[in-house]
Amino acid sequence: MEDALTVSRLQFAFTVTYHYLFPMLTMGLALLIFVLKSVYMRGRNDLYNRAARFWGKIFAVTFVFGVVTGIPLEFQFGTNWAAFSAFTGDIIAQTLAMEGAFAFFLESAFVGLFLFGERRFGQRLHWFSSLMVFLGTWASGYFIITTNAWMQNPVGYRVLENGNIELNDYWAVLLNPWMFAQYAHNMGGAVVCGAFVMAGLGAFYVLSGRHVEYGRIFLKVGVIAGALSSLWMLFPTGHFSSDQVAEHQPVALAAMEGHFQTDREADLVFIGQPDMEKMEIDNPIVLPGGLSILLYGPAGGEVKGLEGFPEKNWPDNIPLLYYSYHVMVGLGTFFIGIMFLAAFMLWRGWLYTFRPMLWVLMLAIPFPFIANTAGWLTAELGRQPWLAYGLMRTSEGVSPLVSSGNVLFTLIGFAGVYLIMGLLYIVLMVREVGHGPEGEHETLENTENLTA
Amino acid sequence: MDTFWFIAVALMITLYVLLDGFDLGAGTIHLFAAKNEQERRTILRAIGPVWDGNEVWLIAGGGTLFFAFPILYASSFSGFYLPLIIVLWLLIIRGLSIELRGHINDPLWASFWDGMFFIGSTLLAIFFGAALGNVVRGVPLDEDGYFFQPLWTDFSPFSEPSGILDWYTVLMGLLALTTLVVHGANYIAVKTENRLNARSRRISRFAWVALVVLTVLGTIATFWVSPWMLESFGARPYGYVLPLVAVAGLIGMIVFNVRERDREAFLASSAYIVGMLTSTVFAVYPRVLPAVNPENSLTITNAAASDYGQAVGLIWWSIGMVLAVVYFVVIYRLFRGKVRLEDEGY
Repeated sequence: MEDALTVSRLQFAFTVTYHYLFPMLTMGLALLIFVLKSVYMRGRNDLYNRAARFWGKIFAVTFVFGVVTGIPLEFQFGTNWAAFSAFTGDIIAQTLAMEGAFAFFLESAFVGLFLFGERRFGQRLHWFSSLMVFLGTWASGYFIITTNAWMQNPVGYRVLENGNIELNDYWAVLLNPWMFAQYAHNMGGAVVCGAFVMAGLGAFYVLSGRHVEYGRIFLKVGVIAGALSSLWMLFPTGHFSSDQVAEHQPVALAAMEGHFQTDREADLVFIGQPDMEKMEIDNPIVLPGGLSILLYGPAGGEVKGLEGFPEKNWPDNIPLLYYSYHVMVGLGTFFIGIMFLAAFMLWRGWLYTFRPMLWVLMLAIPFPFIANTAGWLTAELGRQPWLAYGLMRTSEGVSPLVSSGNVLFTLIGFAGVYLIMGLLYIVLMVREVGHGPEGEHETLENTENLTA
Repeated sequence: MDTFWFIAVALMITLYVLLDGFDLGAGTIHLFAAKNEQERRTILRAIGPVWDGNEVWLIAGGGTLFFAFPILYASSFSGFYLPLIIVLWLLIIRGLSIELRGHINDPLWASFWDGMFFIGSTLLAIFFGAALGNVVRGVPLDEDGYFFQPLWTDFSPFSEPSGILDWYTVLMGLLALTTLVVHGANYIAVKTENRLNARSRRISRFAWVALVVLTVLGTIATFWVSPWMLESFGARPYGYVLPLVAVAGLIGMIVFNVRERDREAFLASSAYIVGMLTSTVFAVYPRVLPAVNPENSLTITNAAASDYGQAVGLIWWSIGMVLAVVYFVVIYRLFRGKVRLEDEGY
């Protein structure tokens, strides 16, 4: 805690992890709300419209939390990472500023229209604004992923005589090869999250016998979206993500997999604890030769272990990186199992009455949040010890004159503010869920007029 | 090209102050203008569909500043570390207070968020004014282009090191607050009817008196603290038109207020804001962050991004801004007219 670097890293890690809990839900829900609204527009089944409106309310609260916790991130590049901002600003500020110009304006305009405009401007515009909200949130995701992809895999720049870098190929940055798999994987994760929340709430309504007809809609839409997106996370996006880590960040891959010694028949570790002193996995459960086969096909191939890399280039928190990766992959595997089973039951018509499955879906709600967070921890811890991979180390990027005491002050402040916000969010969600999609509750002066 | 981006960033920040300015002002006056639940909600409804978009100009302006002048972004954001983080907390509190108030229908819940809305809005207005004051006064940049300022030292703008808050920057903060009170009151007057409308006009009128006093004091103090601010006007006399716009706005506000022409009064307070901000920016140019030691000042040249970066930025930025303006025109047109509560959404 004594140096500004550590505290600044903690503060960014805390604020960005907390922030992303909200957008992962809004980006997923934005797509599902658009689906609900589109189904309504086709069949004019009012249940779907009310369902869209209900999720619109959940979306609205979550969106606000996402916005207010997102602003500090853009500021912190400058406040805590001034040297990094000065060094890479010519490149990463392009994509960050484009997010403002193309995504934020669009979102703010159409979220307002979606929430306030249904009665005034009619169904067609309401449907259109749900589409634009979906596109806006996903565009926002694109610009952030592009920025992160540049930090993972710097492209489109040239090095000047004084050692600084500057942009020299705009499209290379926007179409960074790293970005495609990362974006597809990340947005898939958001859909998984939205789908599990929708299906889980549907399960809750059906189990508790309230708003059952809506519960069934939520289950149907959530389970179908959940099955498709869970599979999408494994293949193709997860597969290509780990391939490109293996190619561009082999040391990160070795750390993620808990792979210490270079080996032609590298084992795939399922469970075990990395022991950094002895450089081995304690209590291992492994698939012998599995990692080589996964990366190079049945013929296998040599996988470099951590010992094959200079220690100064190792990610600086290997056990946490290893656990993050294994939590993500483990949960992802469970998600596929749960959702395919549920989808099968939905197809056979058993899902709405088979209570154990409904219990599983309901209790599964928190886990996509954990899996997505673990996924981001994997990406970001794997990038260490670099801020921009191979170009600038994390230790070089921190603001030179901001003292650790000042950063600790603000970190404590953020912790306090975010704790209270978390409690508020839970209270509001519990209330919205309690009111349900039919909620003609007191604060919605004229929901009843909205159906016109 | 550097000059273009200087103007572009200045323009975006000016737009931010114009737009978010009225909802900040509304936040400050709503405790006094609205006397019951109905009126409170009317005020919130007047800014509800637009405040978020208004605030995007701050983010987009900050982003544009980052990409056009990365060195300025790095230097100023780390130098103003504490006040900026406090601004973030205030933005969080204020955003939540607007959006969450309506979710639980309970008088205590509503009162709490009303209070937060007032505190957040008022302190933000003061902080933004003080921030501008710091730029005008100059900051202790070192030769690497970095500085770190404490929140306050002995409250004198002439001591070394000076703090973020001294009597000059606090004066600027109060000037900003008063400006936004008038601006916000004018906006609420445009959007409301009857008693709420009458009270807003009265607030605007009283605050105007304070605004005139603070404008005169602030101008005198500025030239005392930073005499170099006059140089630009001497070198490029056409710049005098900018303070004239501010003066015209100042006169227009009271004239239209007395004649009960709310829309024109709002335009006048807008003109005042534009005039004041552009005058300041004009005087600071070509510096972007003046240093106490003038040799270390950041300028449009030494803080700028690469020529290539600025050139490609020009293309997407222009497209983005055209789109943004279209959204704004459409949204403001859709939600134009007086606010009536039966139009509430969900």
